Amino acid sequence: MKNRKFRFIISLTVTVLLFVFVCYLAQCILMPKYTGIRKEGALISEYYDEVKDHDVIIIGDCEVYENISPITLWEEYGITSYIRGSAQMLVWHSYYILEETLKYEKPDVVIFNVLAMKYNEPQSEAYNRMFLDGMKLSSTKLKAIKVSMTEEETTLSYLAPIFRFHSRWDELTGEDFKYMFGVPKVSHNGYLMRCDIKPLEGLPAVRNPEFTDFGENAYAYLDKITSLCKENDIELLLIKSPSVYPHWYDEWDQQIVDYAAQNGLQYVNTLKLQSTIGIDMTTDTYDAGLHLNLYGAEKFSKWLGQYLQDTYNVADHRNDPELSARYEQKVAAYYKEKAQQESEIAEYGCLKMFKDHKEND
Amino acid sequence: MLFTSLGFLVFLAVLIPLYFLVPKKIQWIVLLVANAFFYVYAGTRGLIFISVTIVTTYIATMVISHLYASQEKYLKDNKESLSKEAKKAYKNKMQQKRRLVMILCAVVSFGIIAVMKYSGLFLRGTEFAQSLSLILPLGISYYTFQTMGYLIDVYRGTYSPEKNIFKLALFTSFFPLLLQGPITRFGDIGKQLYEPHTFNMRNFTYGLERILWGYFKKVVIADRILIAVKAIISEPDEYNGVYVLCGMVFYAIQLYCDFTGGIDITIGIAQILGISLPENFLRPFFSKNIAEYWRRWHISLGVWFREYLFYPISVSKPLLKLSKFTRNKIGNGIGMRIPVYVATVTVWFITGLWHGSAWNFIVWGLLNAAIIIISEELSPLYAKFHSHFPGLKQKWLYRLFEIGRMFFIMCSLRVLDCYRNVGTAFKAYSTIFTRFNYNILTDGSLLKLGLGVLDYVVVFCGVALIITISLLQRTGSIRDKIAKKPIGIQMAIFAALLFIILIFGAYGIGYDSSQFIYTEF
Amino acid sequence: MDELLNILTELHPDIDFDKEENLIGDKILDSFDIVTIIAEVSDVFDVAIPAQDIVEENFNSAKALYALIKRLEEEDD
Repeated sequence: MKNRKFRFIISLTVTVLLFVFVCYLAQCILMPKYTGIRKEGALISEYYDEVKDHDVIIIGDCEVYENISPITLWEEYGITSYIRGSAQMLVWHSYYILEETLKYEKPDVVIFNVLAMKYNEPQSEAYNRMFLDGMKLSSTKLKAIKVSMTEEETTLSYLAPIFRFHSRWDELTGEDFKYMFGVPKVSHNGYLMRCDIKPLEGLPAVRNPEFTDFGENAYAYLDKITSLCKENDIELLLIKSPSVYPHWYDEWDQQIVDYAAQNGLQYVNTLKLQSTIGIDMTTDTYDAGLHLNLYGAEKFSKWLGQYLQDTYNVADHRNDPELSARYEQKVAAYYKEKAQQESEIAEYGCLKMFKDHKEND
Repeated sequence: MLFTSLGFLVFLAVLIPLYFLVPKKIQWIVLLVANAFFYVYAGTRGLIFISVTIVTTYIATMVISHLYASQEKYLKDNKESLSKEAKKAYKNKMQQKRRLVMILCAVVSFGIIAVMKYSGLFLRGTEFAQSLSLILPLGISYYTFQTMGYLIDVYRGTYSPEKNIFKLALFTSFFPLLLQGPITRFGDIGKQLYEPHTFNMRNFTYGLERILWGYFKKVVIADRILIAVKAIISEPDEYNGVYVLCGMVFYAIQLYCDFTGGIDITIGIAQILGISLPENFLRPFFSKNIAEYWRRWHISLGVWFREYLFYPISVSKPLLKLSKFTRNKIGNGIGMRIPVYVATVTVWFITGLWHGSAWNFIVWGLLNAAIIIISEELSPLYAKFHSHFPGLKQKWLYRLFEIGRMFFIMCSLRVLDCYRNVGTAFKAYSTIFTRFNYNILTDGSLLKLGLGVLDYVVVFCGVALIITISLLQRTGSIRDKIAKKPIGIQMAIFAALLFIILIFGAYGIGYDSSQFIYTEF
Repeated sequence: MDELLNILTELHPDIDFDKEENLIGDKILDSFDIVTIIAEVSDVFDVAIPAQDIVEENFNSAKALYALIKRLEEEDD
């Protein structure tokens, strides 16, 4: 009798452990691999591998991770910075990613890009997944899940993404197996490089904004970002990145101006500084004004570094031997990818990943 | 709370341990509370209607039982003094009283259904009908029929009524039965619901296996093929001819897997709780004719209609008179059968209504009756045919033909269930014989219905597995066979099935979360 | 009893109703047969078999059915 019970318990334990393990492996295989043309999905999780001692943390959507190059900030000003951005990162995403980042390190300055203020509700499941699936499990993540979910999403599917991605079994490719335990690094301190050029050729006529006042929810989380920075003695800089589209309305701009004034923050609408920064939308964007390409990002970063140094006196670490050694590698990787992309463009007229993607379709 | 919702799984995970941990005396109360929770979760308004049914049935059955008791006492006390005629007259009087009580009570509960569910049939599109259908109480067709069966049984004196109204409430609202039956008789589960149950490992594993198997059928196969079914029936003008034929087969697969899967889950849950429910299906697709099919498909509904409608109508005085009349006038053959046919048509008309408050269901019911009657009338012809070819019936090829014929007939009838409009259904069906677009089977058209090649492969493998299991079942319980295997293998089978459901289940974002079809009824 | 056997044999000439003890269980009689039998019985014996007496035990053999008829006749008296 005792023997039987013992055997039962052993079998049960082994089965449960094996089952969980197999499910975990299956999950690793089934989760989307953010490589190729969807690299932005890999951004959030890359941060965990970093040495976390940055002076500047940048949070926001594609208007930061495509437009600001931390490597340039280092090269030009010796500023250490990291972009914690993800595709269509909403204000509450930004708040929680800041909350999480502050558990690891305490920067001097936090930069927040204000475009996301236009969204007051959860928008897209796909972007939620890119953001939330990248985060390590923590109380912060749980809170972020709660506020981010669109109607049909469930918390369970974030805790065990296999419930969401199980149906990908019929679209698995070699990459899913190759990268089941992680994709190679895609960013340079959170910056996603693009060297191709697609000039701006006029914009759709500017209509009146659908609404003039930002939503309550968006403001609530902006407030939380502001007070979190205050509590931690961090300078908060609000910027509007120089992307010309989606349109940033004057009415919106005024609200942020007012908000910054009320809360004693700096706010710079860099759209108005295009000529100062030297951005030329015929050469400095890869998708006709939505995002800057590398050349635009470098110009913008040069301006930003100067601003950070002038306004907040952010330290220059180029004389720090340990940091210099670390950044030497980063800089090398940066130029290696730049050369790679430029040669691809010279050869194919576009980045190879787009050519591959088209062929696969 | 649907069987496939996460909430339901949590509900079970709380209920089952709780049920076995509380003192045995209050186990049934735990079940009752669980039922109440389950019902309230679906909306509090439904609670009113089920309560009305419970209270009126309770009162009626108590009155009937009281009438029985006083009749017995009166007859005993006056055994000597009463003449035979007086006794008979008294008995009749009492019988009529009981009958009145029973009918009054039945009118209340059936009245609720009639108003809630069927006023839409005549008031289609009006705001009133719409507002009614919005508050249609959960499982109303199931609990009403189950409770009315109990009422009639008490009226007939089959059993004495439950004296505790809360115990009656438990019988009426037992949650696994609410979503899609089976419509269970009081004699089958009444006692079991109130009896104490100790945790039993065998019941637990058997129940869990049954539940998993149910989820497999429901989530992996039914919900997947449903996508194609919906695509086909949503565009009757575009998808005709062979598409309809495919739709018929797909719908047969979908309905079978959805319904039997749901019943597997129901029976499995009850088994874990120590309550054994009667089976509702007996490999119905292996039936050789439609009458047999209806004895093997949705058995509980068939039994209900037979016991409480078909027999009472058939042996009612008017029909017996009719029988005498037709036999005298027409002769012993068909004259003998006409009354039975009258009863058959009535029963199937109501069965159609039970399935839905729409004309297509009524037509469906009447067609069922027609086919049953025609095959009954043709049976001498068949007998003659078979007397010329003795032994043919035993040939497996002929049996396959019979099964195929039955399958085709049932699929054809179900077209009425797919297109919820009689005209569209007939039109779509007729294109099978006018439009021979067989090329769609090979030119990839079927891949444009929302399912990929691999989805069809999953459905095919799943169906193959179900057929294999059904064939194996004929030689005994599969779970008995599994139970004889070493514990490690048992658990591996378990884990494998769970894993398959997890990966290949058509659930979550990207799949329509579909309700069990039979919940709507 | 002979009258009853006549009714039954007319319905299923191939069955030996003297010996069969499991007419319902073995699916020899279906619900159509049962209703037909009841109609005939009500004619020949002048008793009405009520719906609540249509249970397996009463119809499994000719003997059981005959006992039912006798019981109903007595109750009627």
